[in-house]
Amino acid sequence: MSFLVNLVLGLLFGIGLVVSGMSDPAKVLNFLDLSGSWDPSLAFVMGGAVIVAFFGYRLVLKRDAPIVGGRFHLPGRKDIDARVVAGPAIFGIGWGLGGFCPGPALTALGLGATGTLAFLPAMIVGMWAARLLALASPRPRTV
Amino acid sequence: MTEFTPIASLLGGAMIGLSAVLLMLWEGRIAGISGIASGLLPPYRDDAFPSRFGFVLGLIAAPLLLMTFTGTEITQTVSSNVPLMIAAGLLVGFGSVYGNGCTSGHGVCGLSRLSGRSMVATAVFMAMAFVTVFLVRHVI
Repeated sequence: MSFLVNLVLGLLFGIGLVVSGMSDPAKVLNFLDLSGSWDPSLAFVMGGAVIVAFFGYRLVLKRDAPIVGGRFHLPGRKDIDARVVAGPAIFGIGWGLGGFCPGPALTALGLGATGTLAFLPAMIVGMWAARLLALASPRPRTV
Repeated sequence: MTEFTPIASLLGGAMIGLSAVLLMLWEGRIAGISGIASGLLPPYRDDAFPSRFGFVLGLIAAPLLLMTFTGTEITQTVSSNVPLMIAAGLLVGFGSVYGNGCTSGHGVCGLSRLSGRSMVATAVFMAMAFVTVFLVRHVI
């Protein structure tokens, strides 16, 4: 059952990425190019998503628990450690180079562009490396 | 040049936000794609594999379904510079998981929860992406 619900939610998320234009690296890179062919569309994607999630989360989190699974899995950490700065810095460089972040890269798979087929396996290798590294050092240093 | 599409972008963004809210309602999880995708890789520490697999399958199927039912072509411009895209993929994959989130987990879900860590993370990846594009397009 959770598989099917997640399949539908993944579809909704993916259709949102395509409709919004975020699945097109050219649009992402033009958003990031402030001093060139700037396309501010992505600010609207982020805005639309954050507004809906801001109010939606408030409604949902009034409940004692989600529908299945017993409890809400919310990240509880508040400290700013080295990883939460270094990780996004590395991610941001990659995002600026290719125009893909993980969601759009996955939605692009079926469209089969050469760049996507180069990007995706590398992304998975990078994810795995980071996951294994994080599991090997469960207590990161605090800045 | 790409066309400025405020309405479509706002609408698509709202769909992304709605998906995140419904995932929280259904099983209490953050809709962070880097977390969901990396959770498909071993070692497994919980029993959410079927959920993650379903979500990723939905993401992959979305454009194909959209093309089938609306009959519209999805236009997309991806660099065909293979070494560049491999490097970008490694950096995106490693950085997003090492930093516990990407555009969706920190950007959408984290900002909506007013998480301080996500605000820092989002500011850092946006800044680095702006600088990278500036260097690639206007300096190098």
